[in-house]
Amino acid sequence: MSRFEVQYFALLREQAGRSVETIESTARTARELYADLARQHGFSLGAERLKVAVNDEFASWEQVLAEGDRIVFIPPVAGG
Amino acid sequence: MRFAISPHPIDTANLREDLDDTRAGGVVCFEGCVRDFNDGRSVQRLEYEAFAPLAEKEGMRILGEAMERFGVLEIVCVHRVGILELGEVAVWVGVASRHRGAAFDACRYVIDEVKARVPIWKKEHYTEGDSGWINCHQESPPVR
Repeated sequence: MSRFEVQYFALLREQAGRSVETIESTARTARELYADLARQHGFSLGAERLKVAVNDEFASWEQVLAEGDRIVFIPPVAGG
Repeated sequence: MRFAISPHPIDTANLREDLDDTRAGGVVCFEGCVRDFNDGRSVQRLEYEAFAPLAEKEGMRILGEAMERFGVLEIVCVHRVGILELGEVAVWVGVASRHRGAAFDACRYVIDEVKARVPIWKKEHYTEGDSGWINCHQESPPVR
């Protein structure tokens, strides 16, 4: 079990009903963590449409997470 | 070189002064504004949200790429967040260059890459009262 801080933006924030949460999880990678959270919060976006950031930098979905990591799942962007 | 996310209205005149340079023969500025329609729908206002720490890093990477690729003298880009009314400036890009060609090219590169890469999201609020995050709708469209 590790503890992660997950921050949500845009559609994911609305679907999760919160901007941030601290969770205890057995997920090893960002991909596994998203699968768990998508089930829990009913996210409509599949991982294939998202990017992921760990500790404020883009990361691979397969990156092994460490205790205390800050994770952000990034929905399709639309600046400008 | 400066990329910033701003919760306050963008002061374009002030930003333009950051590009003053007697070596610059060309200055190109782009303003992206809130438009009253999109995709056949009437838009009332926009809401922008950013993951600021990463948006600023990725924004600076884009400016660095443009400086190197086009050999320009200075680039400034500011993106607004929060609720924006029609006509407000959502994003501003300014480039100073020795010659105009590189200034136009770098400006175009920056705005295109910012739209594609920087973690900023846009929600459209429609005249009919509903709203939606752009590029994120996967659920069925609202019943009208």
